[in-house]
Amino acid sequence: MISLGLIELSLAVALTLISAGLSVLLSLGFHKTLVWSAIRMIVQLMLVGLLLRFIFSQSSAWITLLVFAAMLLAASYETGARLPRRLSGYFQFLVSGTAITISTGFVSAFALLTVLGAENWLEPAHAIPIAGIILGTAMNSASIALNALFANIGSERNAIEAQLALGATRWQALGPLMRRAIQAGLLPVTNQMVGAGIITMPGIMSGQILAGQDPLEAGKYQIFLMLLLASSGVVSTVIAVYAAVRRVTDDRHRLRLDHLLSR
Amino acid sequence: MKVSPGHSLTVNLPATATAAAVQFSVAAGQCLVVMGPSGVGKTTMLRKLADLDPHEGSVLLGDQPQQGMPGPHWRRQVTYVSSDAGWWAPRVRDHFDPDSDPAGVMARLGLSPDKFDSPPQNLSSGERQRMALIRALVRTPRFLLLDEPTSALDEETTRLVEAALEETKNRGCGLVLVTHDAAQGERLADQKLVLRRAQ
Repeated sequence: MISLGLIELSLAVALTLISAGLSVLLSLGFHKTLVWSAIRMIVQLMLVGLLLRFIFSQSSAWITLLVFAAMLLAASYETGARLPRRLSGYFQFLVSGTAITISTGFVSAFALLTVLGAENWLEPAHAIPIAGIILGTAMNSASIALNALFANIGSERNAIEAQLALGATRWQALGPLMRRAIQAGLLPVTNQMVGAGIITMPGIMSGQILAGQDPLEAGKYQIFLMLLLASSGVVSTVIAVYAAVRRVTDDRHRLRLDHLLSR
Repeated sequence: MKVSPGHSLTVNLPATATAAAVQFSVAAGQCLVVMGPSGVGKTTMLRKLADLDPHEGSVLLGDQPQQGMPGPHWRRQVTYVSSDAGWWAPRVRDHFDPDSDPAGVMARLGLSPDKFDSPPQNLSSGERQRMALIRALVRTPRFLLLDEPTSALDEETTRLVEAALEETKNRGCGLVLVTHDAAQGERLADQKLVLRRAQ
C-alpha cells in the first residue's frame, strides 16, 4: 500500500495554490472559495481520520448510528448552503433533510444488509464509509436539482403564472421545470456511470486497487455501489424537488416566490 | 359559446399599506374600467381577484366565495391576462387546447393564420399581447381580468381588440379592465373605478 508523507501532501497543496494564483491573475474570482474549501477539506478529513480511528476501535452500533445522525444533519444543512436561491426559514433544511435522510436511509440499509448481513450491518468500519458515499451522492443530486429548480422558477415566473392564470394546477404549470431539475440532479451520477472505467477510474475501485485488491473484485464492488448511488440520487432528487415545489406554491396553486430567498 | 348570465363578481378588499380599500360589483356582460396612477396597485388588485396572490377581504363569484373553490377552478372562471403574459411551449399552437379553434378571433384581431404555428418569440410584442388575449378568450371564462390589453398596440389594432371585447361582453362574459387610456375607458366602461393611494 502506498503511504503519503508530508512532502507529497505539500506538493498537492502547492498545486491548489497555483490554481488560486491563476484565479487572481485572470480575475476569475474563485480563489477565495477554492482556498477556503481546500482548508476546510484538509481540516475535516484529518479530524475525521482521527475520529474514525477511535470509532472503529470501539465497534459499537450505537456509535455508528450517532455518526449517521451527525452526517445527515451536516448534509441537510450543506445541501442548501451554497444555493443562490433557497427556501426561506427552516424549510430549506427540512426539505433537504427529508430527501437525503429517506434516500440515504433506504439505500444504505439495503447496501449494508446485503454486503455485511443482518448480524453486523452496523459495524462502523464498513457501515460509515458506505453510508458516507451514498449520502454524498444524495446530497449532491438534491443540491443540483434544487439549484436548477429555483433558478428556472425565477427566470420563468411569467410562463408559470400564465398557466396558473388559465387554470392549470401547480403540478401542471411546474411539471416541465420539475422534470428538468430532476434530470439535472441525476446528470453527475449518470455521467459517472457512463464514464466509469473508460474516462475515470471510480474512487472506490481505485482505492481498493491501490490497497492491493484484485481489480475484478474491486470492479464488482464498484458496480454494486454505483447502482446504489444511482438509486440514492433518484430518490433524493425526486423527494427534494416535489417537497420544494410544495413549498414554493400553496394549496390554492399559487406561485409563492415569497417563500424563496435570494443571496 | 354563450356564458350563462346571472353571475356577478363582488369584491371587497381592505386597504393595504399602499392602496385604499376597494369595493365593487360587476355583473355578467358588463365592463368595469379601472384607472389610477402608476404604482397604486391596479395589477396587484387584478392578481388578487384571480387568486394569484394571497390577500385579505372577500371576492365572490355569484354567491360563491373565492376561497370556497379550488384555485385552478376559480381561475378558469375568473381569468387574468397580464400585459406581458408568459409563454411556455415551443409554438403558439401548443398553448391552446387541441380542440379549440381560434382562427376566427385571430382574423378579427388582425392576426394571420401562420402566427398560430410560429414560436412565440418570433411574434412582435403586439402580436403576443393579442394571442395572450385570444388564449384566454377561447377558454370562455365568466370574467376576464385584463391588464392593459392594448398597451403594445397601434390605434387601429386597439379598435379591433375593443370590438372583440364588446362582443365578449355581449356573450355574457364580464370584464375588469385596467387601462391608462381615458378614451378607451370611455368607449368600453359600463362602470368606472379610480384606485387611490392609501391615506
